[in-house]
Amino acid sequence: MTVPPIYGLVLTGGRSSRMGRDKAALEYGGRAQADRAFDLLSGFCERTFVSARADQAELPGRAGRPQIHDVIENGGPAAGILSALRTHPDAAWLVLACDLPFLTGDVLAALVEQRDPARAATAFQSGNDGLPEPLCAIYEPAFLPVLEAFLAGGFKCPRKMLIQLGLPLLRLPHAAALDNVNEPAEFDAAAAKLQPLAVTVRYFAALREKAGLESESIQTLAPTPADLYRELSARHGFTLAAGQVRVALNGAYAPMSTPLSEGAELIFIPPVAGG
Amino acid sequence: MFLLSSEALDPAALRQRLQRPDAGALTVFEGWVRNHHQGLAVLSLEYEAAPELCQSEGDRLLADARAQFDILDVLVAHRTGHLAIGDIAVWIGVASGHRDTAFAACRFLIDEIKVRLPIWKKEHYARGGATWIGAE
Repeated sequence: MTVPPIYGLVLTGGRSSRMGRDKAALEYGGRAQADRAFDLLSGFCERTFVSARADQAELPGRAGRPQIHDVIENGGPAAGILSALRTHPDAAWLVLACDLPFLTGDVLAALVEQRDPARAATAFQSGNDGLPEPLCAIYEPAFLPVLEAFLAGGFKCPRKMLIQLGLPLLRLPHAAALDNVNEPAEFDAAAAKLQPLAVTVRYFAALREKAGLESESIQTLAPTPADLYRELSARHGFTLAAGQVRVALNGAYAPMSTPLSEGAELIFIPPVAGG
Repeated sequence: MFLLSSEALDPAALRQRLQRPDAGALTVFEGWVRNHHQGLAVLSLEYEAAPELCQSEGDRLLADARAQFDILDVLVAHRTGHLAIGDIAVWIGVASGHRDTAFAACRFLIDEIKVRLPIWKKEHYARGGATWIGAE
């Protein structure tokens, strides 16, 4: 059996009723969180889509992106997952809520690495209540009939579906990585915590040509070079995976997981070919 | 000494810099630009380095070689820029009291250069097109 490819889905169809404004457009470090979620997912997925209601198609965070519109009304996040699985039933879907400001690429990397395609889904255990985290999870093609049966029975909470499946749950790399933000006061607190860093990135050889730049100074929320590389890959179309490049941080090779600091200078090193 | 050079390397001049009365052996390795790679005819090569990082890593590599082998002197020069078939891409010279350490250190250096130094190679092919080796 071949393992289904992973497609990404950013959920933006929520009504944001508690927030009082469209959550997808909320900005951290100057970037709308739906855009950030899309970039993060793109680094791990063969194709990435935005899940939205049809009447949201032209809104920020959705416009100009490949979209999958809900095929049922008032289905909540389950409607987005259902619509994606029906549109591309041969793909596994890495589904991501758009309102996870503390999510970093290493969490998605851990999810993808520990994915078990033999099960209907792969999910983390919540750092808060120990229950499955349904909105940063991988749903395999085998999840579609399960989901349809739950919906037919009147269940539409994906968390309850995952509980019923009795999956072994993965441990989160950081307990707060999937804390979501639903209310204005939570947003203010998260935005205060997430201050972007100014860093300079220099490019050489293949990356220089691909980016069309010798260097750039950017503001980023990426906590590590690995996360920053994935962010830049989404922006510049780098094809090498984060695992294939090394980094020089402030003039010396360093692990890709080293915490970034203000003013850092980075050089991403594709496989070298001297001699 | 580690040198990055955008100019053609002069092996006689490089060799001269290693000459000393207490050396009984000089091992030299020259890496040349060849006209084929994995069945494709190659017209020319481009080498690009991240210069400051390459210099500091090159210095570190030479310090490692001196720590690991009983040698008297060592010089590595690597080209950047556009090179033609037959040009010297890298020149390594190790002077030591005896041949065994000179050979071993020279081998160590070329192997490490290939994995450690931030230098990239773009091959231009006779059939057209060019590729950054290992990076595309």
